[in-house]
Amino acid sequence: MTQDVRKPGRKSRKIGYSHETGLSILLFAVLIIAWEAIVRGFGIPSLIIPTPSAVAASLVKNLGTQSFYYHIGVTLWEILAGFVVGALIGLVIGVTIGQWKLLEKIVYPYVVALQTVPKVAIAPMIIIWFGYGLMSKVVITALIVFFPVVVNCIAGMNAASRQQIEMLQSFTATRWQIFRMVKLQTALPYIFAGLDIGVVLAVIGAIVGEFIGSQAGLGNLLLQKNFSMDTAGSFAIIFVLSAIGIILHRIIHVLRNITIFWAEREGVLANEAT
Amino acid sequence: MISITNLNKTYATLEGEPIYALSDVNLEIAQGEFVTVVGPSGCGKTTLLKMLAGILEKSSGSILVNGSPIDGPSRKLGVVFQEPLLLPWRNIFQNVMVPVEIQGLDRDKFSSAAKQLLKLVGLDGFGQKYPKELSGGMQQRVGIARALVHDPDFLLMDEPFGALDAMTREQMNLELLDIWAEKKKTILLITHSIAEAVFLADRIVVMSPRPGRITEIIDVDLPRPRDIDIINSDRFGEYVKRVRGHFGARGVDS
Repeated sequence: MTQDVRKPGRKSRKIGYSHETGLSILLFAVLIIAWEAIVRGFGIPSLIIPTPSAVAASLVKNLGTQSFYYHIGVTLWEILAGFVVGALIGLVIGVTIGQWKLLEKIVYPYVVALQTVPKVAIAPMIIIWFGYGLMSKVVITALIVFFPVVVNCIAGMNAASRQQIEMLQSFTATRWQIFRMVKLQTALPYIFAGLDIGVVLAVIGAIVGEFIGSQAGLGNLLLQKNFSMDTAGSFAIIFVLSAIGIILHRIIHVLRNITIFWAEREGVLANEAT
Repeated sequence: MISITNLNKTYATLEGEPIYALSDVNLEIAQGEFVTVVGPSGCGKTTLLKMLAGILEKSSGSILVNGSPIDGPSRKLGVVFQEPLLLPWRNIFQNVMVPVEIQGLDRDKFSSAAKQLLKLVGLDGFGQKYPKELSGGMQQRVGIARALVHDPDFLLMDEPFGALDAMTREQMNLELLDIWAEKKKTILLITHSIAEAVFLADRIVVMSPRPGRITEIIDVDLPRPRDIDIINSDRFGEYVKRVRGHFGARGVDS
């Protein structure tokens, strides 16, 4: 009987899902066609807004050249290295502050102060300190990634259930055991939320760094296209950057669902530990 | 044996005025005894249990467990809380093994103990499941198995069945008596259900609030093993009446 009741519900939900996906794709197609029609219809110069077909053609042309992959590789390396360094430092500092309450009062104000400094404003200095190569972009990216990871890590560790901690204490648990068995696990959904924000910011960090001073990378290429008034080429690069951001976001999401298998799949801050 | 002598707990309010959560509590619990503590909210019964469990500091007085003073959590005790407090990222077996891991006990030896306990609480075959797959009653059974896995002498239970529906609760009371009979542990169980207090106990400790203190200790002379029909007997009713007499018309939950 329960099966009879459940089946239609599940079926209609599945239909609804594919229905929505279809509508979403349809919306995209309509927007692209409208864009193409408006640019052509009003005779807007391609220098100002290129047609989608011109962007696609530019993208295909770029993807056919070797140097384009070199630029993608440079930017990707900056993003990933900066993300890993920033996230690791953020985790270490976040866990340390979360574990020793006193440090939250002593160190945390400076962490916040560091965050209030606009990274874009200090980026030129970082280029001077670390040169025009990859290193300066990694530093800028790491600085941007660091903060959301720290903040979420601390919030997550503070969210650990007082009752669960008392339960462990009653069985004679040490501080370290309480950290390992409850606090870290409670913090994981928060940490992944921080990593998710961080990985998207990492793309911005690498591009900002390349804008200010660089020899290669998609940001560098974007500036070149801009100077040569190749607007379609600029759009094609922006498309690639967005694709990188989306893929990295999806990877974090998948890692999250594997690591935090016990929590709700939907909702970034799902926390069932009550 | 647990001996509690002149135990006090005082909290200070923000204005600095003292609140007497627990006042001059004296109690001796013999080996193998089943003692229930019953009283209204605010009578300090959970405060008493937390001090016994070593997770709350006492203001004055002493607690001796088998002759040695308690000044922190002890391996001789196992605690069952109001909520099951299972860790959602561990499966049922791993949850039962929490005390074994914390105390660094022999994994192989105690994992068979954990499996036996899961069988004893009726959860044979549930070891690989996760807490969210279990009902409230099943989760609390896991909580009981966890409290027993490191083979403590004493079991402290803080309103363990308060969150369960009436029928599950009766069932759990019967199962708890079976576990007590088999494991021969000394149990101190806190409850605000008078019937539960009478049904389980060798002795009932009746407490009253402001300040939290013991008003009477009642020996329950009902035959064992007990089954649920005993609730309808006259003697059971007399005990219930005697306990209720302490709380007047307010009832226990007020």
